[in-house]
Formats: sequence, C-alpha cells, structure tokens
Amino acid sequence: MAATDVDVFSNEEKRNLSLGGHVGFDSLPDQLVSKSVTQGFCFNILCVGETGIGKSTLMNTLFNTMFENEEASHYQNGVYLRPRTYDLQESNVHLKLTIVDTVGFGDQINKEDSYKPIVDYIDTQFENYLQEELKIKRSLFNYHDTRIHICLYFIAPTGHSLKSLDLVTMKKLDSKVNIIPIIAKADTISKSELHKFKIKIMSELVSNGVQIYQFPTDDEAVSEINASMNAHLPFAVVGSVEEVKVGNKTVRARQYPWGVVQVENESHCDFVKLREMLIRVNMEDLREQTHARHYELYRRCKLEEMGFKDTDPDSQPFSLQETYEAKRKEFLGDLQRKEEEMRQMFVNKVKETEAELKEKERELHDKFEQLKRMHQEEKRKVEEKRRDLEEEMNAFNRKKVAAETLSLSQPLKKDKDKKN
Amino acid sequence: MSGGETSVSEADGNGGIMGQQKNLEGYVGFANLPNQVYRKSVKRGFEFTLMVVGESGLGKSTLINSLFLTDLYSPEYPGPSHRIKKTVQVEQSKVLVKEGGVHLLLTIVDTPGFGDAVDNSNCWQPVIDYIDSKFEDYLNAESRVNRRQMPDSRVQCCLYFIAPSGHGLKPLDIEFMKRLHEKVNIIPLIAKADTMTPEECQQFKKQIMKEIQEHKIKIYEFPETEDEEEMKMVRKIKDRLPLAVVGSNTIIEVNGKRVRGRQYPWGVAEVENGEHCDFTILRNMLIRTHMQDLKDVTNNVHYENYRSRKLAAVTYNGVDNNKNKGQLTKPDTAEGMSPLAQMEEERRDHVAKMKKMEQEMEQVFEMKVKEKLQKLRDSEVELQRRHEQMKKNLEAQHKELEEKRRQHEEEKASWEAQQRILEQQKLDASRTLEKNKKKKIF
Repeated sequence: MAATDVDVFSNEEKRNLSLGGHVGFDSLPDQLVSKSVTQGFCFNILCVGETGIGKSTLMNTLFNTMFENEEASHYQNGVYLRPRTYDLQESNVHLKLTIVDTVGFGDQINKEDSYKPIVDYIDTQFENYLQEELKIKRSLFNYHDTRIHICLYFIAPTGHSLKSLDLVTMKKLDSKVNIIPIIAKADTISKSELHKFKIKIMSELVSNGVQIYQFPTDDEAVSEINASMNAHLPFAVVGSVEEVKVGNKTVRARQYPWGVVQVENESHCDFVKLREMLIRVNMEDLREQTHARHYELYRRCKLEEMGFKDTDPDSQPFSLQETYEAKRKEFLGDLQRKEEEMRQMFVNKVKETEAELKEKERELHDKFEQLKRMHQEEKRKVEEKRRDLEEEMNAFNRKKVAAETLSLSQPLKKDKDKKN
Repeated sequence: MSGGETSVSEADGNGGIMGQQKNLEGYVGFANLPNQVYRKSVKRGFEFTLMVVGESGLGKSTLINSLFLTDLYSPEYPGPSHRIKKTVQVEQSKVLVKEGGVHLLLTIVDTPGFGDAVDNSNCWQPVIDYIDSKFEDYLNAESRVNRRQMPDSRVQCCLYFIAPSGHGLKPLDIEFMKRLHEKVNIIPLIAKADTMTPEECQQFKKQIMKEIQEHKIKIYEFPETEDEEEMKMVRKIKDRLPLAVVGSNTIIEVNGKRVRGRQYPWGVAEVENGEHCDFTILRNMLIRTHMQDLKDVTNNVHYENYRSRKLAAVTYNGVDNNKNKGQLTKPDTAEGMSPLAQMEEERRDHVAKMKKMEQEMEQVFEMKVKEKLQKLRDSEVELQRRHEQMKKNLEAQHKELEEKRRQHEEEKASWEAQQRILEQQKLDASRTLEKNKKKKIF
C-alpha cells in the first residue's frame, strides 16, 4: 500500500485549480474509511513485565473483558512468548486483537538472555510479513498482520529507579517496536514518590538513549492532547476487573481497608490517560509507525544482509529484475565454485593418500629385498661351508685310504721280524 | 526455551485465523479507529490517476472539465484533440484540487493521436507501454532497500470513449479493450450521447454490452457489497452500462437555473440531468463512491498481476540457466515463493547435495584406502612368512651341515687317534726291534 505523499512530485508542474462547484471527492476519506471498516482492523500488543506484575489484569481492564489466562508460575526455565488472538467488536468496528504475553520474564537467576525470545518474536513477525511481501504471488491486502504495534513495558513500582533488566531489555527493543513504559501496580506508590519516580525513570531512559514512543504532535487535531500526555509518561496504572460501589455508582476499583482505588479516576492513576492514548487517539498512528519505521528498518537490514543494494540514484534507475538476476548469477556461480572446490580437495586428498600408500609399498619391498639379499648371502655361506666340509672329507678319505694301503704292507715286515 | 507458543492463535498469513470472540462489557474506545484513519488520510492527501482514451473530437476534454468542474483543459492547456502528433503520444498533466479540506492530486493522462491515423495498427502499444512503465516504476520503488516515499503514478482508471455510431463497437475499440482490460480498470463511455435518442441509445448500449461479452472483455466491475442500499445503486448502474455521457464547458440558464448544458435550437441538453444522459451516474460512481475501489483494484489486482508476471519471469529465467532439478522449473512452485525464498531453498538443496556428495566421496575414498591397506598388510604377511620359511630352511641346512661336520670331526678324531696308537705301536715295535737288534749283535 503506497504511503502517498503529495509533495513527492515537486519536480513536475502541478497546477492549482479551483472548482466551480461541488465535485464530490471530499467523500474520499469516507470511502477509504468504509473500506477499512469492512476489512476490519487488527492490533497486536506485547506486554513485557515480570510475573505477577499485573499484565493480564491490565489487559482485561483496558478492553473491558476477561481474556482467559492461567496464572504463570515463577519457575519457567526461560522466557517464552504466548500470543492469543481475540475478535472484538465495538459498534460497527471489528478488531482482531492479539495480546502477546512474556511468560517467565524476570524469574530466572541469570537474566542475561531474557530479552532474546522477545526480540526473536518481534523479528519473526517482521520476517513473516517480509516473506509475504516478497512472494511472487502474494495477497497483502488480506494478510493477517501479526507485527507488534505496541510494547507495553511494565515497570515494577519500586519507587527508586529502573532495574538493569529493564534498561537492557528496553534498549534492545526500542529500535524494533513502539515502547510505552508504564508503572504497574501504581497504587503502592504515594503521589510524591510517584512524581520523583517518573522523573527518575524518564531521565534514566534519556541518559541510556532508550527511544520510547512519542505521541505524535504533527496533526493539529490531536497535537495538544498528545503533547500534554507525553509529559505524563510513564503512565502509572492500576488494573482491576472487580467492581466496587462508590457513592451511588459501581466502578472498577481495588478495595483496601484504607480506601478504594478507582481505576478510572484520573487523580488516582493514569489508566484513563493510557486508554485514551493507546486506543482512542493513537492506535492508527502506532500501526503506521510500526509499518513505516520499524518494519522498514528491519526490512532494510535484512535485505542489506543478503547483499542487496540500491544502485546509485544518479546512475541507472534501480531495476529489481536486474538485481535479482545478478544476485542469482552470483549465487549460482558461488555454488558452482564450492562444488569445484570440494571436488578439487578430494582429488588432492586422493593423490596424497596414493602417494603415501605407494611409499609404504616401496618401503615394504625394499625391506624384503634386503631380507632376500641377506638370505642369499647366508645361503652362499652355507654352500661355501658345505664345500669346504666336502673337500675336507675328501681329503680325509684320501688320507685314510693312503694310510690303510700303507699299513697293509707294514704288518708283513713285522711278522717276518718276529719269526726270526 | 524461547519462541512463541504454537497455539491456535498463530497467524498463517492467509486472512489470519479466527480469534476467540469476546464480548466487551463496556466502552473501550477502538470504535474511534475509523476516525483516526479518516484524520490521517485527510492529512496525507489523496491522489488519483485517470486516463482518457478515444479518437479526437469525442468530447474527452470537455467531459473531464465537466466532471471536475474546473478548466483542466483550457486554451493554455489544450486537450488531446488539439495536440495531435504524427504518432500516438501518452501525456499527463497534474492538477491539485481542494474540496472540503480534502486535497486531491489529480493526474489526467491522455493519448493525442489515438485512432486518428489512417493505419491505426498498434496504436494501443504506447498506452500499454505507459501503463507498464508506471507499474515498473512502482515495482522498483517498492523493491528498493531504502524506500521512503513511494509515489504512486499507476493508472487507476481508463475512460474509453466510444463514438456514437449507433451500431456497435469498432474493431479498434475491441482491440484496445481486449489488450488493456487486464492492466487497467476500463470504464467504457458512449461519447456525445446527445446525438442519439433514448431508444437508439438503449439499442446501442445493448449491442455494445453484447459485443463486450462476446469478446470476453473485462470492464471494471462494481464490487459486491452487503449494504442493501448500495447494492440497489450498483444494480442500477450496471443496467445502464456503458454510460452515455455529455459534457459541456458552458453554463446556460434553464428555467431560472444555471446549468451546464449544450444549447441547441430545439432545446438544451443538460449535462447533469439524469434523463438526458448518464453523466451524473458517471460522476457519482467515479468520484463520489468508487474512487477508492478503483485504486484498490489497481493495486491489488492489476499491479499484482504485473508484478507476479515480472518476478516469475526473473526466477524462471534464472532457474533455466542452471542445470535444474525437475521441481524447481515447475512454475507452480515458483509462484508460491519469493525469489529470495527460492534462492534460499536452492541454497539449502545445494548444501544437502554437496553434503551427500561429500559423504559418498568420503565413503568411496575410505573403502579404497582400506582395500589398499589390507592388500599391503597381506603382502607383508606373505613376505614375512616366506622370510620365515627361508630362514627355517637355512637353519635346517646349517644344522645338517653342523651335524655332518661333527660326524666327520668325530670320525677324523677317532681315526687319528687310532692312527696315533698304530704309530705308537709301530714306533714301539721298531724301537723294540732296534733294541733287539742291538742285543743280537753282542
């Protein structure tokens, strides 16, 4: 849906013409309104605050109805977000209200990562919208918008200052969502303490650079009331669904032994201011800011992350098609290259291992060549020894034979001698 | 540990889910939302782009001036019929008008030269190109990373002027409407309706509607509405399509009233008289009741058609260039996804494919290495065995040799011992003989 701005065509000639009668296009806003009423509205509230701080009660009080809610325990392992959607109707206006509760916030011993599920949830809703917006066949005009339009941050009524968890969380959220800080269970703070508390909170927010939602003052119709309300932030609220009789009226209130805290009494708490600002005056602005500012920021970051850039406005006009094609080519080239790299790596690995194995083979062969030679050597020696022995044996035999022939002739002589 | 709870209330992006119905027990105040929307829209201002197409001399400029009760076209800013060029041009002029606090930036686009040549083939092409280029501008603006303002110059309505021949549509009329009915909201008008009697007009309208249906031309359709009153009005309009109009730049006094009309010797054709022509119906419908719907249909239907065709072409071409897996080239897969999502999916597929390839190659590699190593080990074992064998052999030979030698030595030793005894004996004997010999001499 185009955010049309009449001043955009400043480079073209625009003639101002006066009308000679009633043409009838002053009904345009009515046409627009009637269309949007037929379509229905949707609004998504995120409540961030510790367990038991009064988030559910406040929602019930704000919308004058009992949204069902089991009480959360304090023993959640981590923070998780619980969205619930309701269809409400007031006169002819249909509102699809989604209330997202942060269950387990502030209960853990280590709260370093408490903000993460919240940021993730918000980002996911932006992502879903972005994906729908980028689809080839899309239906944005009947898309159920789940992006968070307002984050009500519940501050515990300590009376002193913001907790560090509050500062850390709000700092992480302020660029993603409209934040309205509210002081919960304000009936536990006295007026003077409250005044000091509010000032302290606002100054802490400013000094930490936390950007909370400012009620818009650019539209004369509402600038005055918005400006004055801006000065009352953070709103100190009390919620109650119980009715108490005060005088001759029955009002929503909390009954104490020392008195009755009336929810809708502006001198008792800022509930009426919150309702006025949040619902009756600025609901549409909250939706617009979410779409035009927070969502656009998310989208820009996401696209830049993926490598998309706007070409220089001085050079060629930006062409979506060219960018997609270029990106795609780059992407495919990338994939191709990765494949090649992997293949190459394998080829190298194979070569290496082959070389290793060949080396091992060679070593083995060498070893056995050596052994073989040793054997040959030994064999030769044995052969030599054998030959030697044989020679010796032959020699000995010859000697023996010679000696025997000699001794054969000898004994004759001896006998002859003996006969004499 | 983190993340949204998957419950019934998660949006599925398709018209959303039904939330729980809750009844409010008191006034909350969001019934004021429409007022907030009203207020913001007035502050923003409105735009509308209207195109007028028709042959010259059909009273287009006059009608526009009558519609908006202003001298949009004047001697200083002549209408299309006075600006005929050699070829069909598409030109626009912007005017700012204000009424009741509502600012409207009106862009009138006209087509001087349309249908005026002898050969009018393709005279619709510049018009198509113009509309497409406006869609493209919007698409590019919408697709920028940094988008701040998105000026909307898309053509939101096209008034097509039919010459009052009384017979039927001309071939040019049919050609034009067939080519443009899916790009822009076409509202066909019978121009210079004061040249026909009511009966002729009725006949003419019937004929035209019949031909429009025959050629399956989709002219602008009024949206269905739940409101009874509105439906009655819509049905009334539908019965009188196409609207027969008369325009006039002159104000004439009729019965004491000052009206816009055309003075004839036989009377005055009043522009805003419902019995004279359908001008009032046109103005009411175009400006007072359906202007927003014309913009919405342009945005939600015509523009979306253009966009999806444009983007599908990109991804289809891109996929075509790559060696493709069957599923990626199916157009219905590409339709449901954004090109970015498609690239993501391709990337994931590729990563999976690479992993698988890597695993396979790894497996093959490991197997081969194992084989080779096993072979090496086997041959090592074999060689070792042979070596052992040879060693044993050698040792056996050694032993044998040793034994032989020992025997031989033994033999030799004993024989030598024997020899020595014999020698000794011989020696003893010879000595004794010597001794005896000596004795015998004495």
